[in-house]
Amino acid sequence: MYLIPLSNAFLNILKKISMAKIKYIEFSGTEHEIDVSSGLTVMEGAIKNKIPGIDADCGGACACATCHVYVAKEWIEKLPPKEDSEEDMLDFAFDVKDNSRLSCQITVSDELDGLVVNMPEKQF
Amino acid sequence: MSETIKTDCLIIGAGPVGLFAVFELGILGLDSHVVDNLDKIGGQCAELYPDKPIYDIPALPECTGLSLIENLQKQIKPFNTPFHLNERIDEIINTGDLWKLKTTGNKVFETPNIFIAGGVGSFEPRKPPIENVSKYENKGIQYSIPDKNFYKDKKIIIFGGGDSALDWTVELSKIASHVTLVHRRDEFKAANHTVNLMKQLVKEGQVDLITKNQISDVKGSDRVEKAIIKDNEGNEKIIDCDEILIFYGLKMELGPINDWSLNLNEKQIEVNTENFETNLSGVFAMGDISYYPGKLKLILSGFHEAALAAQKAFIRARPDETLTFRYTTSSSDIQKKLGVK
Ligand SMILES: Cc1cc2nc3c(=O)[nH]c(=O)nc-3n(C[C@H](O)[C@H](O)[C@H](O)COP(=O)(O)OP(=O)(O)OC[C@H]3O[C@@H](n4cnc5c(N)ncnc54)[C@H](O)[C@@H]3O)c2cc1C
Ligand code: FES
Repeated sequence: MYLIPLSNAFLNILKKISMAKIKYIEFSGTEHEIDVSSGLTVMEGAIKNKIPGIDADCGGACACATCHVYVAKEWIEKLPPKEDSEEDMLDFAFDVKDNSRLSCQITVSDELDGLVVNMPEKQF
Repeated sequence: MSETIKTDCLIIGAGPVGLFAVFELGILGLDSHVVDNLDKIGGQCAELYPDKPIYDIPALPECTGLSLIENLQKQIKPFNTPFHLNERIDEIINTGDLWKLKTTGNKVFETPNIFIAGGVGSFEPRKPPIENVSKYENKGIQYSIPDKNFYKDKKIIIFGGGDSALDWTVELSKIASHVTLVHRRDEFKAANHTVNLMKQLVKEGQVDLITKNQISDVKGSDRVEKAIIKDNEGNEKIIDCDEILIFYGLKMELGPINDWSLNLNEKQIEVNTENFETNLSGVFAMGDISYYPGKLKLILSGFHEAALAAQKAFIRARPDETLTFRYTTSSSDIQKKLGVK
């Protein structure tokens, strides 16, 4: 009687904090603002929502570099730093810049609410 | 053209799933040939993660990509299956009940069954998406070296920071008139020994090393003459050259498979889950390249798919014989095929 409304309220809170809005900007300039669940990667958010510009050939194993994105300048510092394997794999991406990341290596959390990523002209 | 090779099944792809397909066909008494574009057996496991551990192979709590492949090779040894490496299947032609296939090495196969175990496609060199770079491919720009003597007394630029880039920098510095190595950062992902050799050559003035730069464009007339590189701030620099070598690793491309009139779902081939046949009879797809509702791109799924496809392949290859279900534990016939004494 009393538990049900409580758990519903609880679920709603959970829902609220376990999503982050992520803006994916295609090379052409087309923007997609998507709610991505925490725990998914930025790459998975794009693939699940069929956003063009991220290929992710290896499915997130950090083995293909076809999920390359440029992170908006103000977000670079806020993301967890790159592991060595990501930096190594970036050798195989095209037109790598200081704000380049592999989107399969960025896990979404509520701290990332508002993240903006730009897709490169081409994934190699 | 060379003579036609006849076989019960032609397997495209020497990844884990192609290898296990050899086994499943073999214990039914069917022979097979395997073709792979790579220079080695093992598909993604050998090319992308030979040393990484895998934990979800049934009854193998832990193995590496490479040890999985070595064990699969051991398992299929009794069948003495021919492998055709460094060759890609470009074309499949239907001739009634049989299929004809041609490789890039001009081999021709004739078979009632094609197993496509092609993963995410064949491994091809990554090529920078720059118009002039495509224009000068084979006109001064190469992605591999068939004959190193071609580079004697040439002025060469090598792009990349992995093993191939470093090995060739060291090797070609002995015969080229000049070698410049360009890489996007100061760290190299190559054997320490080779990195040190390269650094020594830089010290001795035999090799020019330019880091924190990437390829931006190339220029030339009939052949390539200059590379334009840019640093992280976008400042460009022009380097004269006779030859450019680009080593940015490999990428998987569906490539020719796109043109075989198969029903595709994005980059995968649609199959039925009864026998993993595609919309073309006698053409089966298994492993990462196959698609059906619920498909998981896991090695273990590919093994199951290969076993079921082999059953149907038997019916096509031996229409007059009956197929009986047997366990390897108790079938003396299977054990004979496996050479068990
Ligand atoms: C880093 C990483 C970690 C992984 N970890 C696991 C794990 O823990 N567990 C798990 O189950 N899976 C894992 N996988 C996935 C697993 O490797 C794949 O599911 C498996 O390799 C698929 O096998 P396959 O035989 O279907 O294809 P592949 O291994 O991709 O092999 C296909 C082969 O076909 C060749 N080919 C394609 N087209 C042609 C053509 N036209 N002509 C000639 N040759 C052709 C290619 O060159 C390639 O060698 C991982 C993958 C990666 C990248
Ligand atoms: S999906 Fe392959 S490296 Fe990110």
